Amino acid sequence: MRVWPIFKKEMRLYFTSPIAYVVVAIFALIAGYFFYSIFAFFTLASMQSMMNPAMARELNVTDSVVRPLFSNISVILLLLIPLVTMRLFAEERRSGTIELLLTYPVRDGAVLAGKYLAALVLYALMLALTLLYPGIVVAFARLEWGPVATGYLGLLLMGGTFIAVGLFASALTENQIVASITTFGILLMLWIIGWSADYAGGAWGKVLQHLSILEHNDNFAKGVLDTKDVVYYLNFIALALFLTLRALEARRWKG
Amino acid sequence: MIEVERLTKSYGPLTAIRDVSFSVAPGEIVGFLGPNGAGKSTTMRILACFMPASSGTVRIAGYDVFRESLKVRKRIGYLPENVPLYVDLRVAPYLDFVAEVKGVGRAERRRRVAEAMERCLITDVQHRLIGRLSKGYRQRVGLAQAIIGDPEVLILDEPTLGLDPKQITEIRSLIKSLAGRHTVILSTHILPEVSMVCSGVVIINQGSIVAQGPIDTLVDQFFPTARLEVEIAGPPAAVHDGMRAIPGVVAVEGLGVTDGVGRFVVESARGRDVRGEIFALAAQQRWSLLELKRVGTTLEEVFIRIVAGEQAADEARP
Ligand SMILES: Nc1ncnc2c1ncn2[C@@H]1O[C@H](COP(=O)(O)OP(=O)(O)O)[C@@H](O)[C@H]1O
Ligand SMILES: [Mg+2]
Repeated sequence: MRVWPIFKKEMRLYFTSPIAYVVVAIFALIAGYFFYSIFAFFTLASMQSMMNPAMARELNVTDSVVRPLFSNISVILLLLIPLVTMRLFAEERRSGTIELLLTYPVRDGAVLAGKYLAALVLYALMLALTLLYPGIVVAFARLEWGPVATGYLGLLLMGGTFIAVGLFASALTENQIVASITTFGILLMLWIIGWSADYAGGAWGKVLQHLSILEHNDNFAKGVLDTKDVVYYLNFIALALFLTLRALEARRWKG
Repeated sequence: MIEVERLTKSYGPLTAIRDVSFSVAPGEIVGFLGPNGAGKSTTMRILACFMPASSGTVRIAGYDVFRESLKVRKRIGYLPENVPLYVDLRVAPYLDFVAEVKGVGRAERRRRVAEAMERCLITDVQHRLIGRLSKGYRQRVGLAQAIIGDPEVLILDEPTLGLDPKQITEIRSLIKSLAGRHTVILSTHILPEVSMVCSGVVIINQGSIVAQGPIDTLVDQFFPTARLEVEIAGPPAAVHDGMRAIPGVVAVEGLGVTDGVGRFVVESARGRDVRGEIFALAAQQRWSLLELKRVGTTLEEVFIRIVAGEQAADEARP
């Protein structure tokens, strides 16, 4: 499997176009703003709680800073990941370079893996920037590292799922905008399914809740590492990548 | 080296190529000639393992393009029509990527890339962005990515498309220099290109092969006669009949009369020179013979004859 050269090429392309820089910068900016407002609120609350010991018992950094921060970050991801993945296949198809790429002696699977890993690494870089915020918290308050670690694992898995969906959408079209809107649409659907789960109730509600992509993330941020959630994301990624391979194959037949 | 057998490809209801069969011997440069929309790119894409055929087989270096695609892809270099390249990459890193994808080891890669750039005369632009290069240079980068890794077979789809005359000449001599080291099949809709670059030709029209073989053989096959262009000042009808009566002349065609000078094309059996007889005839009749010259038959005329013949046959069909 010649994944490595494809991976390197994709990374190089990410950093020769402005898209990667803009996405990373905007992500860091918005995440920073969220952190600032959440943390400012927390500091205010803790100062007041010094006068009121009953309230202090309620306050802990994990629940009042880390959880809301991670949940806000997942919403930003919903908007930004489609921009990270839209180029991967759509642009190759528009410019025709896919014709060369798919006739080099590499399997379609290796091409897919290289592209997936490149997007994942870019995303991991984005996440790495946010490590700064727990770092700041530690300077002022005691932080439980357990929930932070699982929280990041959750974000990584969820982002990995978003990227797989994005790759799939990108393989369907030669228009980057269409790819990114399709990705966003699919992700949004999978997200709001969780809302209707509350109304549906019963077995059906359970199913909907299980499908909801954000639902599974909340456990991680709470510090709960449940194999059910991990398996959900991994299954989702495998399914989306499998469909992407199929889409590439179908493209070959159509020419 | 390349064996194509009864290849058919349909895009939905449209059959782009039908029952295409031909073969290319090792070391040959074969031109795949046809007008636009004839099915050249379709065939090339199947040969390059980009898409599967609807039916039929292709074997390259003994491997089936469909069932042993990876083995075939290791042995070919492909230049698609319109030369799709990553415009945001620089030339040398791009070629390094191609070499790596083709499985050239790290130790050898630098040397192979340098060699490919040298052969394609792009060493001086190796640090430039591909998107900033002129069309001619981009074409050469495309050729360089095809020859990297020294594949046995090169598949070049319209390698001179969109170039200016100077660039066309350069690319052609570059391709000619590839002969011997690689087996080349190149498609084109430009006739002179084939006679200039190729040893053999496969002519395709409306999805079917209409002729193939070494160029000289094709000319003989489609033009079994030698031709002369004659200008004689004399009564046209008499001149026509007089020349037609010469033994060995197969046909005389009048091209028109201007100021009493008639222009004719005289066709005679190949190997039979009737110039002497025409001169004698004119002298005897006291017509002034103003011009008498042999007309070479070019591939172009073969092509026109074949393609026009096909179309006439199509129109005749109910
Ligand atoms: N991807 C495609 N989908 C549908 N029809 C196509 C496709 N590619 C080519 N064709 C049609 O197939 C025929 C042959 O095209 P092509 O192989 O590109 O010819 P050439 O390269 O000789 O100009 C044309 O009529 C063209 O319109
Ligand atoms: Mg073509």
